[in-house]
Amino acid sequence: MKPSLKLLDYSILQQCMHCGMCLPACPTYVATNKERHSPRGRISLMRAVADGELKLSPAFADEMSYCLGCLACQTACPAGVDYSNLLETARAEVQSAGLNQTFTSRFWRTVTIRGLFMRPRLLRFVGRLLWLYQRLGLQTAFRKIGLTKLLPKDLRRLEPQCPTIATKFSPQLIRPVESPAKKNHRVALLTGCVQDLVFADINRDTADVLLANGCEVHTPPVQPCCGSLHAHNGEANAAKTLAKRMIDLFPPSQFDAIITNSGGCGNHLRHYSALLADDAVYAPLAKLWDSKLRDIHEWMMEHGCRAPQAGLGDLTVTYHDSCHLTHGQKVTKQPRDLLKLIPGLKLVELPEANWCCGSAGIYNITQPEQSEQLLVRKVGHVIGTGASVLATANPGCHLQIARGLRQAGSPISLLQPVTLLARAYRAER
Amino acid sequence: MSSPDPAVLARLRAIVGVENVLTSPEDTIPYGFDGTAALKGPVGVVVLPGSTQEISEVVKLAAARGLAIVTRGSGTGLSGGSVPSAGCIVLCLTRLDKILSVDAANLTVRAQCGAITAAIDAAANKHGLFYPPDPGSMKISTIGGNVAENSGGLRGLKYGVTRDYVMGLEVVLPDGRIAHFGNACVKDVAGYSMKDLFIGSEGTLGIITEVLLKVVPRPAARRTMLASYDRMEDAAQTVSDIIAAKIIPCTLEFLDRMTIGCVEDYAKIGLPRDCEALLLMETDGHPAAVAEEAEQMLTLARARGARDVRVARDDAEALQLASARRSAFSALARVRPTTILEDVTVPRDKLAEMVAFVAEVAKKHKLLVGTFGHMGDGNLHPTFLTDERNSEEMARVHEALEDIVTKTLALGGTITGEHGVGLAKKAWLRRQVGENSHDLMREIKRAWDPQNLLNPGKIFD
Repeated sequence: MKPSLKLLDYSILQQCMHCGMCLPACPTYVATNKERHSPRGRISLMRAVADGELKLSPAFADEMSYCLGCLACQTACPAGVDYSNLLETARAEVQSAGLNQTFTSRFWRTVTIRGLFMRPRLLRFVGRLLWLYQRLGLQTAFRKIGLTKLLPKDLRRLEPQCPTIATKFSPQLIRPVESPAKKNHRVALLTGCVQDLVFADINRDTADVLLANGCEVHTPPVQPCCGSLHAHNGEANAAKTLAKRMIDLFPPSQFDAIITNSGGCGNHLRHYSALLADDAVYAPLAKLWDSKLRDIHEWMMEHGCRAPQAGLGDLTVTYHDSCHLTHGQKVTKQPRDLLKLIPGLKLVELPEANWCCGSAGIYNITQPEQSEQLLVRKVGHVIGTGASVLATANPGCHLQIARGLRQAGSPISLLQPVTLLARAYRAER
Repeated sequence: MSSPDPAVLARLRAIVGVENVLTSPEDTIPYGFDGTAALKGPVGVVVLPGSTQEISEVVKLAAARGLAIVTRGSGTGLSGGSVPSAGCIVLCLTRLDKILSVDAANLTVRAQCGAITAAIDAAANKHGLFYPPDPGSMKISTIGGNVAENSGGLRGLKYGVTRDYVMGLEVVLPDGRIAHFGNACVKDVAGYSMKDLFIGSEGTLGIITEVLLKVVPRPAARRTMLASYDRMEDAAQTVSDIIAAKIIPCTLEFLDRMTIGCVEDYAKIGLPRDCEALLLMETDGHPAAVAEEAEQMLTLARARGARDVRVARDDAEALQLASARRSAFSALARVRPTTILEDVTVPRDKLAEMVAFVAEVAKKHKLLVGTFGHMGDGNLHPTFLTDERNSEEMARVHEALEDIVTKTLALGGTITGEHGVGLAKKAWLRRQVGENSHDLMREIKRAWDPQNLLNPGKIFD
C-alpha cells in the first residue's frame, strides 16, 4: 500500500487546531513570515490534499522539502500534533507520485539512499576510498589544479563539504564484546553510518563511558543503517526493511538497553513500533525495542552516572541541542547535567540553543541557501558565548557547525559530551 | 477560490511588489483560517503590504473595484474575525512589524500594527517599563489584531485590557484616506473619542496601521502561587475572599480537572491531576506589599480548604506556571479532534454558579468539556471537545452553547469577554445588546463603510 495523506488517520490532521503557537518556533516561518512556510500552514496544505481540495503539485512537493523537519513545532505544540508522522507521510506521497525529481536528484537518491545506506559494507568501502583520496593528498591536488571543476555541478558544490573520513572505523576501535570490571548492565551500542565513517572515535568514547559505569558493551562489527534517512525522505519500505534487520541483529530481549549516540538516528530508532505496527511478526519485537532504546546521555543520567575524579582544567563549554535529540527525543537536560559532572567545567547556556543549525539530515544538500542562513545565525550565537568548546551530540550538527566555525575563522573546538566525559575518566589514571 | 481579475492583480503587484501578492493555492490556502476551530474560507489573493501608504493604495483600489478586504495579523483570533469571505482580498499585515519608539518621559510606545505583542513588552522592559495586556497568544499575536479585537489576557482584574492602553491610532479608512486619532496626552477631550470606536471594531471600520500605547513602570516584585482544591466552589470562594480583603492581585486563573490533565500532558511540570480545581495566583508591585499580599492570599486559600499550596521558587518557575496556563486552550485539543472554545463572561460573584452550570450542561448533552479562565474577572472559557465530522454530536454542542448563552445573559453577563463576535458569536449579539443598540451599530457601519468592503459579515450580517 502506498503511503498517502488521504489514507492517513484523519484525526492526526484534525489535531492541529491552527492556534499558531508553532509560528515563532519555526525557523522557516521566522525567516520568511509566510504562512505556507509554517507548520500549521503546511498542515493546512496536507489537509487540503487529504480533502481532495489540492492536487499534489510541484509547489506542494517544494514546500514539504523546504521544511527542515527539525520538529521544533512539536515542542511548541500544546495540542500534541504528530507533525513528524504527517511530514513523513506527505514526503512519501510526494516521492511515490514522482514529483520534484530531476534526473540528477533521482540518480543521487538511488546511489545514496537506495544503494550505500542499504549496504553497510559497501558504505564502508566507499568511505575507505574517500579516505584514500583525502589521505593521498589527491583532494588538495585536484582542488589546486582545478580538476574538481570537472565534477557535475551538484558534486562540485558538495565536494568542499565532504567530511574528513576517519582513519579507523568502529570495528577497528571497539571489540564485539567489552566487559567492565564489575558488570551491572548489558547494553548494545549502535555505531551509526556517518558517525562510524567520520567519528568512530566518538563511538570509542561512548563505549568507554559505558564501561566506566559498569555496562558490558556489545558492538557487532557490521550494523545496518537505522533507516532514518529513508523514512525522512519518503522511502517508507526501505525504512521498514532496515528496522527489521536492526531488530534481528540486536534482539531487544537480550539487552538492558540499546544505546545510540546520534540524536537524529535516535529519534527514528525509538519509533520502530509505529513503523512496524502492521507487521504481525515484528510489531511486538519493535515495541520491546522502543522501550529499550536510549540516547547515551539519557541512559547515563538515568543510572546515576559516576562523576569523574579528574577534570580537563578550566574549560568553558556551551551546548547546542540537536533538533531530534531535544524536540524529537525530549532529551534536553541530560546532556547538560552530564557535562556538569566534569570537575572544573563551566557550562554557559547558548542563546537559541535548540534552534536548528541548518544541517537537518540532507537539508544542507537540498536547500543550501536556507541552511547557510541558519548556520550563520548559529555560529554567531556560539561565538557570542565566549566558550572555548561547543558540545553537541549529533554527527550532522557536528559537521555543519564545525564547518561554520571554520568559515568564520573561530578557534572554538567542537566536541561531543561523551568525548569530554571519556577524556575526564582517562585523566583519572 | 477564483483570483481577482488580472488587471486588479497587476495593480496590486505594482503597489506592493510582485513577491508580496500571493495567488497560487499552495500560497493562499494557509491564509484561509485563523485560530478558530472548524471555520475556514476561500482565498483568492493574499496581499502583504509594507507601509501605511501601500495599504491606503490597496484600499483605494478595492473601493474602486468594489472588492472586500479581510485584514489579518498573525491569524490567532478565536472568533473567526479574520476568516476570509468569498472574493475578498486578504490583507496580511505581518510585514509592518517595527517598534518605532519607546518614550520613557511620556510613558508611551509607538509601534506598527504587525509588531508582536510580547516584543512590545520586551522593548518596554529595556526601559524598566511594562505593557500589561497579555493575551494567551502574546508571543504570536500582533498589536494591530489585539487593538482590533480589544484583547484581554491574564491580568485583566488589576490592569484592564488592551483598550486601557491605547492612546492613539493611525487608521486607513474604507475609502483609503489615512486618519490619526488620539495622542500622547493623558487628557484629551477634543471632539468624539474616535479611537475608542476602532478599538474592538474587528476590522469592520478601518485598518489599524500604527498604535501609540500607554506603558507603566515595571513592578519591582512579583510572586506566583498555585493552590489546588477538591471543589471548584472553594477556589471561587477564595477569589471572593481575596477581593473582600482589599487585595487586587494581577492574576487569578483557574483550571478544571480536564484542563489540568491536558496541560500536564503537554507541559510536564508536576501539576496535581487528582484535584477538581487549580487556582493560579500572582501579585506584583512593591516588594514589601507583594510579600504581605502573598502571605495573606496563601492564608485565605488554606482557610478555604486548599489541599496544597505551592509558591514558585523563582522567576523561571513562575514563568513556567503562567506559560502552562497560556497553553490550556491548545492543550485541550489533545483529547478530541475538534475544540470549540467559548468566551462567556459573568459578573465575578456569579462565576462559581456559571462554572457549575457549564458542567451540568455538558452532562445533560452528553459532551466532554474542559473549563478554564480568569476567575478574577469572571471570564471563563468552557471548551467542548468534540469532532466536527460528527454532525449529531455537533448539534448537541450547539444546543449546549445555546443553554450557556441563555444562562450567561440571565446572570447579566456577556457572550464574549475578550475574543470578539466575529463569525462565531454573531447569532447572539442582538440578544445581548438589545434591538436599538444592535441597530445603532449597524447604522454606524453602514454610514462609515457604505459599500460594506471592510471585513463584511463579521459582528453582524
